[in-house]
Amino acid sequence: MENKSKGFNIPERKTDSVMDLVFEKSVPGRRGFRGPAPDVEGECSLPQEYCRQTALPFPEVTELDCLRHFTGLSRKNFSVDTHFYPLGSCTMKYNPRFTEDCAKHPGFSQLHPLLPQLRQGEQYSQGALQVLFDMDRLLSEITGMDAFTLQPLAGAHGELTGVMLIAAYHRAKGNDKKIILIPDSAHGTNPASATIAGYETVSIPTDDKGEMDMEILEKNINKDVAAVMLTCPNTLGLFNPGIDRIAGLVHAVDGLMYYDGANLNALLGRCRPGDLGFDVVHVNLHKTFSTPHGGGGPGAGPVGVKKALVPFLPVSRVIQTKDGTFALDYDAPESIGYIASFYGNFGVIVKAYAYILLLGRRGLMETSDHAVVNANYMLSRLKDVLPPAFDRACMHECVLTAKTLLARDVHALDLAKYLIDRGFHPPTVYFPLIVKEAMMFEPTECESKEEMDRFIQALRDGVGLSASNPQVLKECPFTMPISRPDEVRAARDLNANFFQSCV
Amino acid sequence: MNPYIANTADDMRAMLQSIGVRSVDDLFSDIKEEFRPRSFNLPEGRSEQEVVSELDRLARKNAYALKLFIGGGYYDHYIPAAVTALMSRGEFLTAYTPYQPECSQGTLQALYEFQSLICALTRMEIANASLYDGGTALYEAMMMAVRITGKKRVVLDGGVSPIYRKIIRSYTNNLDIALVETPVVHGQAHRPDIKALLNNGTAAVILQNPNFFGAVDDFSDIVAMAGSLGVLTIASVYPASLGLLKPPGDMGVDIVTGEGQSLGLPLHFGGPYLGFMATSKKYMRKMPGRIVGQTVDRQGRRCFVNTLQAREQHIRREKATSNICTNEALCAIQAAVFMSLLGPEGMKEWACLNFSKAEFARKVLEQIPGVEVKRSAPTFNEFTVCLPKDAQDVVEAMIQKGFAAGFPLGRYYPGMDRYMIVAVTEKRTRQDILQYAQALREVLGA
Repeated sequence: MENKSKGFNIPERKTDSVMDLVFEKSVPGRRGFRGPAPDVEGECSLPQEYCRQTALPFPEVTELDCLRHFTGLSRKNFSVDTHFYPLGSCTMKYNPRFTEDCAKHPGFSQLHPLLPQLRQGEQYSQGALQVLFDMDRLLSEITGMDAFTLQPLAGAHGELTGVMLIAAYHRAKGNDKKIILIPDSAHGTNPASATIAGYETVSIPTDDKGEMDMEILEKNINKDVAAVMLTCPNTLGLFNPGIDRIAGLVHAVDGLMYYDGANLNALLGRCRPGDLGFDVVHVNLHKTFSTPHGGGGPGAGPVGVKKALVPFLPVSRVIQTKDGTFALDYDAPESIGYIASFYGNFGVIVKAYAYILLLGRRGLMETSDHAVVNANYMLSRLKDVLPPAFDRACMHECVLTAKTLLARDVHALDLAKYLIDRGFHPPTVYFPLIVKEAMMFEPTECESKEEMDRFIQALRDGVGLSASNPQVLKECPFTMPISRPDEVRAARDLNANFFQSCV
Repeated sequence: MNPYIANTADDMRAMLQSIGVRSVDDLFSDIKEEFRPRSFNLPEGRSEQEVVSELDRLARKNAYALKLFIGGGYYDHYIPAAVTALMSRGEFLTAYTPYQPECSQGTLQALYEFQSLICALTRMEIANASLYDGGTALYEAMMMAVRITGKKRVVLDGGVSPIYRKIIRSYTNNLDIALVETPVVHGQAHRPDIKALLNNGTAAVILQNPNFFGAVDDFSDIVAMAGSLGVLTIASVYPASLGLLKPPGDMGVDIVTGEGQSLGLPLHFGGPYLGFMATSKKYMRKMPGRIVGQTVDRQGRRCFVNTLQAREQHIRREKATSNICTNEALCAIQAAVFMSLLGPEGMKEWACLNFSKAEFARKVLEQIPGVEVKRSAPTFNEFTVCLPKDAQDVVEAMIQKGFAAGFPLGRYYPGMDRYMIVAVTEKRTRQDILQYAQALREVLGA
C-alpha cells in the first residue's frame, strides 16, 4: 500500500474570508421585503405611551443582499451534505430530502395547533393526529415500550420529562426517594436533567471493561434510589452484557430504569430497551430517525414508558376512538401535566415518521448492522495508531485516545483541527470525560468504505505528523477562514450582542 | 438494501475481514440470546414515492385552508419566500452544534446576529441562541430568577397564556417553589392584586405583553414596585408587536422571553417553534442556553464561538444552569433572516398593519348586534369578544363557513363560555374581515 503518511502537503488557503456582519452591510433606505399596502381605514393610532420611542437598529439590506449574506454564511459550515461528519454520540447520518417535502406540505405546515382544542375540533386535524398516533405505536414497537409521548422538544427535554414521570410514579406509590444513579460516562444532560427535576445524583464509576462498576453500583443501591439513568450502548460505544443484572438490582428496591436513547442507532432490531428491563426511554428523532440537526436543533425527544407509568404521561395524549377517528385525551388525573406548549416538534415528527415508513422493519435492521460494522471497521483501522479506550468490539461508535501523542505535546484537539484541513468534520473530542484525550467516532450507516478509508488515511497522516512536525499540527487548520479562536477572550470580554459592542 | 446505506456485500466482506470477525452477528455477541427482541413487528419498507403519497393523503385530511382568526400566541403571518429558500440550504440544515468553530462559522455568526437582533428588538443587553418554545422559555426564566434571588416564591399574572402557566405548574410540581397567581382580568395586569402579592420573599413576577386577552400594557410601574422589594420582573412578549410597542427593555424588565414563531416560522401544528430569552449583562452567567460570543482567532481575525460554556451541562453536569443541549438553532437563524429582510421599516409597517387590521375588525364586529368587543385596554392584533351565546358553538358554526373564528376562552377560563379571542394578522384582507363579519351575523342570526 502506498505510504501516504508522509504526504502532509496542506492545501493552499482558500480565498474565503471573514465576513462582515449583516449590520455592517446596511445602507439606509434599502429594504428586503415589502408587505401589502393597508386596505383598511385608520392610522396606527395606539396611544403614544404604549409605543416604541426608539429606532429599531435592524439592517437595511435588499433581498439579494440578504440572500448573499446568509448563503455566504452557510458556506462557512461543514455539514453532512458537504462533508463526512463522524461526530460521536450525535449520529450525523444523511437526512433524506423527501422528508423535508413531507413536513412542508401545507396540510401540515399551515395547521394551527389550537384547532383540535376547539369543541369537536379533532375532526379538523385527523391527518396530523394520525401521524402522532402512528408514531406512538411505531416507537413503542421499536423500543419495546407500552406508550409514548411525542411532546418533548429535544433529547434533554425528554430526559427531564422522563425524570418527572419517575418522580410522579414514586409520589403516587408513596415512595420517598431522592437519588438517581448515573454512570460517570453519561452525557452531561443526564445529571443536569435529574437535578433540575429535584433529585440528587450519584456518579457510578466505570470499570476496566468500560462498563458500570457493579461492585460500586451494588453499594449504592438502597431504598432511596429512584432510578438509574443509562445510555445503552454507553458513550464508550459498548453494550453492557450485564444490563439485566443492573435492572434486577434497581427493580429490587422499586427503582426504575431510565434509557437515554442517544445511542439507539446501534440496536434497531437487535434488542429493545423495553425487553432489557428499562421502564422509561427517550429517543432522539434527530439522531436515530434522521431528522436534520439544523446546527443545534430543532430536535425531538419522545419518551416511552411501561404500563405502570402510562397514567403519568403528559397531557394531551392522542387516542383512537371506537369509530377509528383520532382524538386528544386530556382526562388524566395523575398526569404530570403540560411539558410543552403543544404536541411536540410536529414538523420534526413528520420527517421521522416518513423515514420510518420508508425504511420499514428490514431497513431499520440494516441501519444498525451497517452502523456497527462501519464503526468497528474504523476501530480496526485506527487502533494501531490511536489506542482504543477499551479494547473490545464496539457498537455504532468507538472511542480512541490520543494520549500517546501527549509526549510530543500534541492533543486530540490538534488532530481534530488537522482533520478539518483534510476536509473532514472532526470526531467528538474530550468526551466521554473519563477517557483522557478522547476521540469518539461515529461514522453511521450512510458512509461508504471509500470515504471512511480517506478519513482513516487522513487521521493516520495526522498521527504521523505528530512525530515529524508537531508544530504544524498546533497551527491547523490552515484552510479555513479562521483558525483557533481565542475562547478565553470570548468569555472574558463578552461580546454577544453587536449593539452592546458599539456602545 | 435501503437507499441510505452505502456499503455493498463486497465492502462488508472486506470490512469484516479487517475487523477480524466472520459475520455481522459476531459484533453483536454482547447482546445475549435472551436480550433479542420479543417482537419487532413493523411494516415493511416502501418507496419514497409511496411514502410521499401516503403523507400527502394524511396532510389533506387536515383543515389547513381555513381563514385563520385564531391566535392565542401562535399567529398566521406571511413568510417571505427568501426565508424558506435559505433554510433549505443543507449547510445550515445538516450541520450540528458548532463544537468546532473553524468549520461552523456560518451557524455561529448567524446565531450571533440572531442574538443581536433579539437584543435590538427587546432593548435588552444580552440574548441566548434560543430555547425550545415560548412556554418552556418562560419556565427557564422563572428558574433563572430563582437562581439569581435565592427565593422560591413566584407571582404569575393571570394575563399570561394559560398554556404557559400550565407548563410552569408542571415543572414546579416536584420542586420547592410556591406559585401564586393573580386573578384574571381581561384588561391590563391588575396593579392592586400584584402589589398585594409581592413581598421581599418573592423571586419574580411574571407578566405578558400583550396578554392572552390581547391587552397592551406598560409594565414600568410594576417593575419599579417589584424592584423596590428585590423582586425581578419577567415579561413574555410577542415579537411581531415590537416594531410598534414599547419594548420590555424600556420598561426596565429584568428577563424577557417570548415565542419566536411569528418571526418567519410556519404554524406547523405546534412546532418546531422558537423560544428566546434576553436579559441584562449582570445576569448573563445565570442565563440558560447556548450563547455565541465574538472573539478573534490566532491571527487576530474576528470570529465567533460558543461562550460562557461553564454554565452548561456538558461542562458543569449536575451544577449546570439548565439541562438544555439541542435547542432550536435553525429556527433562530430563520428568525434572523426574517428580521434582516424586514429591516427597521418593514418591522414597523408589519406591526402597524397588524394593529390597524385588528382595529378595523374590532369596529366591524362591534356593529353586530349582541357582539360586545372588550375595550378596557388598547390591543395589538388580538382582542376579546363577548358573544350572545356559547363561543364554542359559534366557532364550530363558523368553521363550516371557512373561518377559524377565534379561540373560545371557556376551555381555559371556567365561566367565560361566551368569550373568545380574535386575532387579525396582515394576512387577513379587508374582504376577509368583512366576510367574516357577515358569516358571524348569519351564525348569530343577527
